[in-house]
Amino acid sequence: MDITLRVWRQANSRAKGKMAVYKVNDISEHMSFLEVLDVLNERLTLQGEDPIAFDSDCREGICGMCGVVINGVAHGPQQTTTCQLHMRSFSDGDVIDVEPWRADPFPVIKDLVVDRSAFDRIIQAGGYISAPTGTAPDAHATPVPKRDADRAFDAATCISCGACVAACPNGSAMLFTAAKITHLGLLPQGQPERYSRVVGMVAQHDVEGFGGCTNIGECTAVCPKEIPFETISRLNRDLISALTHGGSHWPKAAPRRDELEEEEDDIIGF
Amino acid sequence: MAVTGLILIGYLLAHMYGNLKIFAGPEAFNAYAHHLRVLGEPLLPRTGALWILRAVLIVSVLAHMYAAFNLWSRAHNARGGTRRYYSNKTRTGVQRTYASYTLRWGGLVILLFVIYHLLHLTWNIIHPGGAAAEPYERVVNGFQIWSVVLAYTIAVIAVGFHVRHGVWSALTTLGANTSTLARQRLNIGAYAVAGVLTVGFLLPPFAILFGFVD
Ligand code: HEM
Ligand code: SF4
Ligand code: FES
Repeated sequence: MDITLRVWRQANSRAKGKMAVYKVNDISEHMSFLEVLDVLNERLTLQGEDPIAFDSDCREGICGMCGVVINGVAHGPQQTTTCQLHMRSFSDGDVIDVEPWRADPFPVIKDLVVDRSAFDRIIQAGGYISAPTGTAPDAHATPVPKRDADRAFDAATCISCGACVAACPNGSAMLFTAAKITHLGLLPQGQPERYSRVVGMVAQHDVEGFGGCTNIGECTAVCPKEIPFETISRLNRDLISALTHGGSHWPKAAPRRDELEEEEDDIIGF
Repeated sequence: MAVTGLILIGYLLAHMYGNLKIFAGPEAFNAYAHHLRVLGEPLLPRTGALWILRAVLIVSVLAHMYAAFNLWSRAHNARGGTRRYYSNKTRTGVQRTYASYTLRWGGLVILLFVIYHLLHLTWNIIHPGGAAAEPYERVVNGFQIWSVVLAYTIAVIAVGFHVRHGVWSALTTLGANTSTLARQRLNIGAYAVAGVLTVGFLLPPFAILFGFVD
């Protein structure tokens, strides 16, 4: 099939970008969208032009690197990652627009590549648990209700791709943040930091410059991992509990003294 | 945003109930308006309860507008300005409701309308259709003019959309949306409240315009 790509070209984060038009002929409908970009880039390289910069890593839908906005929709017409989108989702002769994630906290580095390190800082602000090191406990030592385990697992599938931000009319990263809150907050191991986590991560979210969530729901339509909307309400629940019980002064929950001593032994041993 | 919005919705439901008294005739309607002023007497001074209510409403409206402005400006900055994507192939979003588009402009329409509405029926400063001493006549005089009814209708429809998204959004923000079933219930509830308010507020003006009430 023959298609026309209109691609965002931008030399660096400070340069002004614009859409550039490329014709790509004789592609197979079984190719992935990234493979079409590869083909185009080979041609551009041979012609001595600057190839289009785009991110990718696993190419199997699990790393979350390959996000681009296709025809105005994050990851394009299928609810999956760009590497898992195939040309059979388009028709011969289509004109396809390709743009980077657009959000102030995600500056464009080059062409279609954006800097998503704001997500890392949100994780650092609370997306972790404290576990005493030492011999791994038996897997069945801490029972988890099946329902909670399932929901936590669903939320844990978030790959931090950022499609939710790219799609959100408010430029909010609430679905991403809520996925982490839900994942850790539903499990027993996540309880000690449950409330300081939500306060810390939401504060970091706001500091990074993401917008406020107004529950529009465009995020869940494009999330390749189908993180459910209910995670956002769950985050709000935890946030309300935290703020009505001492807010940001919530101490980081310390382990019980005897656990602490064991932990110190471990640290010294380590 | 959520708490103040729900307070305003509670107020609108009560207000709608009051308006529907127009169908019970001038005595009932004027008595109701009078009753609001003497509510709580002698525990509270005359119009005491009304002023408490007004204070809550004024604080809610101001806080609501402040939060709305804050959300708008954060969104504006986060999106990096107004033009976000050059592609205009998906202008209406993927799954968002129409109501979710109307909150910001609709909110402004409501604000302008509220000012006009207070000038007309509360402060009695402007008198479309002729001045009158009693609230009942003021209402009936005003709504005999089609342009007044039209402006009122536009504002009420804006309120309907506002409440459709507002109920859903406020309850989600307050943590009530944590399952698929809850999501369905919230959507149904939001449509129901919006529908009741829209119809309830539109009945009196149209009844007056078409001469069922005079
Ligand atoms: C004074 C005029 C008003 C203005 C300027 C206004 C403005 C807004 C705006 C801009 C939003 C949306 C925030 C966003 O999504 O960007 C909003 C949300 C909302 N409004 Fe209003 N509004 C007004 C009056 C009302 C009234 C009369 C009600 C009651 C029926 C109401 C109930 C709500 C609710 C429940 C929400 C959703 C809260 C949430 O998202 O958590 N508003 N308002
Ligand atoms: S919530 Fe979904 S869309 Fe957002 S970062 Fe995680 S996987 Fe991507
Ligand atoms: S390249 Fe890893 S998800 Fe697409």
